[in-house]
Amino acid sequence: MSAQDIMSLLPVVILAGGILFILLLVAVKRDHLTTFAATLLILTASLITVFFTSPETPHVIGELFLIDRFGYYYLALILLATLVVAIFSYLSLRDFFPEKRMEEYYLLLMLATLGSAMMVFSTHFISFFVSLEILSVSLYALIAYYRERTKAIEAGLKYLMLAAMSSSFLLLGMALVYAISGTMAFHSLASISPALSATSNLMLIAGIALMIVGIGFKLAAVPFHMWTPDVYEGASSPISAFIATVSKGSIVALLLRFFILADLYRFEKILWAFTVISILSMLIGNLLALMQNNVKRILAYSSIAHFGYLLVALIAGKEMGPPAATFYLTVYVITILAAFGIISLLSQSQEEATDIEDYRGLFWKRPFLAAAFTVSLLSLAGIPITAGFIGKFFVLTAGVGTAKWLLAFTLVIGSVIGLYYYLQIIVVMMKQEINTVPTARFSKASSLLAGSLALIILTVLMIWIGVYPRWLVDIVNSLG
Amino acid sequence: MILAWLIILLIGTGLLAWLAGRWNSILPRIISLAGTLIYLGIVLWLWLGHDPGTDNQEWITSYTRSWIPAFGIQFKLAMDGLSLLMLVLTSFLAVISVLVSWKEINKRVGFFHFNLLLVLAGITGVFLSLDLFLFYFSWELMLVPMYFLISIWGHENRVYAAKKFFLFTQASGLLMFLSILGLYFIHWQNTGVFTFDYEQLLGTDMASGTAFLLMLGFVVAFIVKLSTVPLHSWLPDAHTQAPTAGSVILAGLLLKTGAYGLIRFVLPLFPQASLQLAPVAITLGVLSILYGAKLAFAQTDLKRLVAYISVSHMGFILLGVYAFNEMAMQGVIMQIIAHAISTGALFIIAGALYDRIHTRDIRQMGGLWRKVPKMGTMGLLFVMASLGLPGLGNFVAEILILIGSYLANHKVLTILATVGLVTATIYSLRIMQKVFYGKENKNWVIADLGIREMIIMLSLTAVIIWLGLFPASVFNVSQIPVQKIIQKVNTLDTGQGEAGHSGRDNIYHTASSMALKKKGQDQKINLIKSD
Repeated sequence: MSAQDIMSLLPVVILAGGILFILLLVAVKRDHLTTFAATLLILTASLITVFFTSPETPHVIGELFLIDRFGYYYLALILLATLVVAIFSYLSLRDFFPEKRMEEYYLLLMLATLGSAMMVFSTHFISFFVSLEILSVSLYALIAYYRERTKAIEAGLKYLMLAAMSSSFLLLGMALVYAISGTMAFHSLASISPALSATSNLMLIAGIALMIVGIGFKLAAVPFHMWTPDVYEGASSPISAFIATVSKGSIVALLLRFFILADLYRFEKILWAFTVISILSMLIGNLLALMQNNVKRILAYSSIAHFGYLLVALIAGKEMGPPAATFYLTVYVITILAAFGIISLLSQSQEEATDIEDYRGLFWKRPFLAAAFTVSLLSLAGIPITAGFIGKFFVLTAGVGTAKWLLAFTLVIGSVIGLYYYLQIIVVMMKQEINTVPTARFSKASSLLAGSLALIILTVLMIWIGVYPRWLVDIVNSLG
Repeated sequence: MILAWLIILLIGTGLLAWLAGRWNSILPRIISLAGTLIYLGIVLWLWLGHDPGTDNQEWITSYTRSWIPAFGIQFKLAMDGLSLLMLVLTSFLAVISVLVSWKEINKRVGFFHFNLLLVLAGITGVFLSLDLFLFYFSWELMLVPMYFLISIWGHENRVYAAKKFFLFTQASGLLMFLSILGLYFIHWQNTGVFTFDYEQLLGTDMASGTAFLLMLGFVVAFIVKLSTVPLHSWLPDAHTQAPTAGSVILAGLLLKTGAYGLIRFVLPLFPQASLQLAPVAITLGVLSILYGAKLAFAQTDLKRLVAYISVSHMGFILLGVYAFNEMAMQGVIMQIIAHAISTGALFIIAGALYDRIHTRDIRQMGGLWRKVPKMGTMGLLFVMASLGLPGLGNFVAEILILIGSYLANHKVLTILATVGLVTATIYSLRIMQKVFYGKENKNWVIADLGIREMIIMLSLTAVIIWLGLFPASVFNVSQIPVQKIIQKVNTLDTGQGEAGHSGRDNIYHTASSMALKKKGQDQKINLIKSD
């Protein structure tokens, strides 16, 4: 590895070095606040270097990594999301975590972030798989971190079993593709001529299909979605937010890279498979969300639907797809971080405020939190003056522009169904208050400063992008 | 710029009212009243300042700024005579709705006024947008605050009604959005330019099948708003459950955005497809007139009854729009305004009654005239307006629409629609009979209209009489835009059958001039100016 290689990967190197640093720090001094501060420092340092080392021209490291602006954009998104997750984690751990050892949490969080950060640059099966496993293994522990809660253990185990299984699917798929093509780099797959013999073609398709299963699991697309609601419910809110944003976001980046570099758009059958997955995710995700009365489960099912919408952009092709998908993901990350942040701020015990009745009358008790939550729900529903509307517009534009009418119509139907359960939560927040909303939680004003600040920034961003999206559209379009 | 200021004014006043509501419950009312009065003042100044006769330019005033250039989206507002009339109506009802809520709304006053003004801002945006993206943006912007107005300050079944309203309008709105995107891409394929600009999209060349499908997306969204019969079922619920100001805005403005959309967007963008759709649309219109009237007659809930009257009256709008002649179209404009005033007034009376006796059930009322003579007089006046008594605005509107559609060779359907006038008499008189005349069912002890309420009712009265006696003041303003839109459709028609059409034109000209003379209007109006 040359110096230039290291320089171009500097943010990731800082992240990796930071993990070692925290490891040592914990050995020297076990202190929650110190560890938290170190985490914030490292993430911020990494984020700052992102802006300075962002490459003008793409830079290749072996066949493993491609360092380009696209990857850097996703890296910045991941780091920002992790920063917010870390802040909400700190509040939640400090107040509700019954055990003493909280420091390892940040190690795991950073490790998972490192996995995601590597994944967005991966252009090779090996780098993809290694980074995916770093991410997944850290997540097993993070999900089950609140050991006192039975649901957390259950969620962790469920995720462990299913993720391990999906990884083996992914591996077998990679093996099959390798057997046919003799290569594991994405870009060399593009040179395989579609005119293979029937059997080899079958093997290639089968290999890619198995990989789709593995990736579909990580994205929680229907029919690989079963784990989502339980894991979202079992994990603490910040971790649910992490799964929804960082973990899924990095997979989206990888999927876009894979599709473009390997030029999977040549294969009708693969596109059809993704079309079916997308349609099922949009419909089933939204329909199942209708039947929930637990806010975290609603958000879990809605995330299934949202990644269905995102796939519409992916399917739309090389030109219109990536900007639309990137924009939509950015908006979704901002929105869902705000939503889970509010849930975690509202919680007053180990059992979080997840029942929909916990939100009754919130509008009149905590107008700011309720307004922020309303904005994020409207953004999820895609209503104007929120960022979600522009995101949906972007995706619909990609779909209609490439004449994917079926997908566009399903998206519309999905949005209308979705509206119903988002409105449900808003209505509950506006009902007459009964004294169920925790108030004690808010007395510790100082601790909430960071949380509230993050929330204010996220809310302002949602509205700013909703009203004046020009800058973000330009950035996303310039990623190439 | 003045147009952008109108929207900023409303949103700013709304935010200010919301903030003020944290300290005081009177302050938001005063702020909103001031804001809407300024709005009314600006609009009236625009109205008086423009000269309809010599106005050759397309727009009275316009304002364009780049918004999201990557997609060819502009912040483009423009006003012609049609938009101007709509704004006059909007600003007038804005003041009325703030006044109406003065005593009715007692909780969360600040937030109420914020929502009220935001709805008005959205409506203003709809009436002014000339960029289809901005139009859709404003279209959706009306929904959320209206949803809050119904679901927080509404009556007993408000949550159900609010949701139904939201889902109906949102679902149809998204279909329209798909159509907008379709149009956008077809224009791009033709010219290589990405734009949502209305003026550039006009005359986009496309296959007639495609045009028809795209048009359907728009039409569905607009006739849901217009509450045309198979898609009307959200309206009675929303109207019944909304607070009075909500009902006034729903009936007076929100329904009218559907009519405006048909006139501004559907006809000019899809003239050929509109001609194809006309028989269906007119049939639906007549169905709405009769079915709405029938259901209005069957209601016992006063607000629900008035809501079905709206369904019936909105049928006339559909009938008039699809007759494709100037006379019917002018009738539609008048109907938009007159219905907003008369139905708004009926909702205010229903609200005032509910305030006093806490029921909307007309079986509990009866013999109220002796108790509340002022309210009774006002009720009688607006019931007469809604049944189409000559001398009041609604008569002018309905008669023009009926003559216009008869001349457009929809004879049978027009005759059926005329039956609607008879049924209107029946259900309207039933309101008077059940509420104000007849035996007293209960011994209500109630106060008559107060000063504030009298100011509201008298200003509405003045307007409805003005419209009935001097309809030319409206027609003068709307004449040029209406002629332009009609021309777009009729040039196509001429292309198909030159001889037949010119014959029809002549009849139309004679008939309309006769009609005008009969109403004793100023000849200068020259509704029939041939060009």
